[in-house]
Amino acid sequence: MTMTPYAKIARDGLWNNNPGFVQLLGLCPLLATSSNVVNGLSLGLATLFVLTCSNAAVSAIRAYTRPEIRIPIYVMAIAALVTVVELFMNAYLHGLYEILGIFLPIITTNCVLIGRAEAFAAKNPLPRAAFDGLMMGLGFTLALATLGGLREVLAQGTLGSGAHLLLGEPFRGAHLTVIPEYRGLLLAALPPGAFIGLGLLVALKNSIDARLKARALQAQPIAQSSPQAI
Amino acid sequence: MNVKSSPHLAVQPTVAQVMRDVLLALIPGVAAYVLFFGPGVLLNLALAAASCLAFEAAALRLRGKPLRPFLGDLSALLTGALLALALPPGAPWWLVATGCFFAMVLGKHLFGGLGYNPFNPAMVGFVVLLISFPLEMTRWPGPQPLWDAATDALSSATPLDHVRTQLGLGRTLAEIGGDAPLGWLAGRGWEWVSLGYLAGGLWLLARRTIRWQIPAGVLGGLFLTALAFWAADGDRYASPPFHLLSGAAMLGAFFIATDPVTAATTPRGRLLYGLGIGVLTYAIRTWGNYPDAIAFAVLLLNICAPTIDRYTQPRVYGHRPRQEP
Repeated sequence: MTMTPYAKIARDGLWNNNPGFVQLLGLCPLLATSSNVVNGLSLGLATLFVLTCSNAAVSAIRAYTRPEIRIPIYVMAIAALVTVVELFMNAYLHGLYEILGIFLPIITTNCVLIGRAEAFAAKNPLPRAAFDGLMMGLGFTLALATLGGLREVLAQGTLGSGAHLLLGEPFRGAHLTVIPEYRGLLLAALPPGAFIGLGLLVALKNSIDARLKARALQAQPIAQSSPQAI
Repeated sequence: MNVKSSPHLAVQPTVAQVMRDVLLALIPGVAAYVLFFGPGVLLNLALAAASCLAFEAAALRLRGKPLRPFLGDLSALLTGALLALALPPGAPWWLVATGCFFAMVLGKHLFGGLGYNPFNPAMVGFVVLLISFPLEMTRWPGPQPLWDAATDALSSATPLDHVRTQLGLGRTLAEIGGDAPLGWLAGRGWEWVSLGYLAGGLWLLARRTIRWQIPAGVLGGLFLTALAFWAADGDRYASPPFHLLSGAAMLGAFFIATDPVTAATTPRGRLLYGLGIGVLTYAIRTWGNYPDAIAFAVLLLNICAPTIDRYTQPRVYGHRPRQEP
């Protein structure tokens, strides 16, 4: 089996196979914690950490894992890592821990983690698996933060409110007011806003892809693209 | 008279003809509205019509569709008119424009334009506004008849809202009956607006632009449910005529629920669809959080319309009904 090049792993995780916008995995935290940038970013970073470590762990033990019981083994590895993150956040980022609530332990059941363990980590050597976890995690964080930003601007007219929860006391109140004196579109803060926002972002990504494809097709010489002309 | 021999094929009316009929049928209701509540509603209508046309044109442009045939079919104008009639007169301009944006772009064009939208666009816009801007959406002016300039334009609760609040405070309907927002059957002024919509709706029925099943279902469902509860406890549940002539019941039954794109299409299905809207409207009005419920009921039944159609297919002549294995 040929090794997947690192560049492709990065491209897949961040864009082509983005867990949030393309695979539409992990929708539960994606929709529930994206009410603002800080919440989205925090849960994204927690997932990123767990995903990188769990991919590495699954890859490291892949030779000893019996296929019949591989899923429980993956879940146990992931659950152990989630517990570490949860305890860490409870101790050092308690405000954030309170806000994210159930969505922190529920990372265990996030389909992105099992999905990557099964589809990539169990078949690839450790460095590549860890890199895949990092890139997929970054892609997921990107999706969460973008959706969080979109919803926060529409709902409150600010960006980065509550930054002190993630960065510490000096950053209290250090948010950007994008639209001053904004009345606020309550819909964006409510669950339907998450669904509509995600739908719009997926549409935006697809339209960017279509545009890039059309441009690439145009740049290609015609003789190459139609071999049946002979 | 020049009569051709059979077969006689009826010419299907074009989309523009249907939309024009529906727009014309709104005139009596709008006239009553202006008469009892002042010309504020006309401003809403103009603003909503202009915004809807603008958003429709922008969406068509983005989708690379020709402008003229789609703008000329008057459907955007009708969406704007229905949305404007659902908003409080004198609503701020950005409220109307936001509603039109959600109606035309998210409710209609993202799904593929006229004929492909699963939800009634005007109601999508209305519900987005109601959920997002509850303050502006519940600030209704009180009756301000054209012939009585002395009446001041204080904002007041709509009759439905008033009855709901006062019932919540423990008063009985007999006591509430004499309050300012209430008239001889329903709300003061509102009953005439509703009767205006009823007149326009009956004209549409007579012209066969709409079929009887949906309005009969909506009004029948609302009437029968209200009757049952009113008969059981007339002090705590408003009378059937009050429900029929308050809020958007008439507008909803004849103009909103009958949208040919989003409603059920089989004869029995239309009746069921209408009944569903009527019963749900009563339920949400009585036990829900919002005073009026036509918009929510219509959207909820819009979701059910394809399923209703599937199970109410009429039997084709000469065929046995399909046996389920």
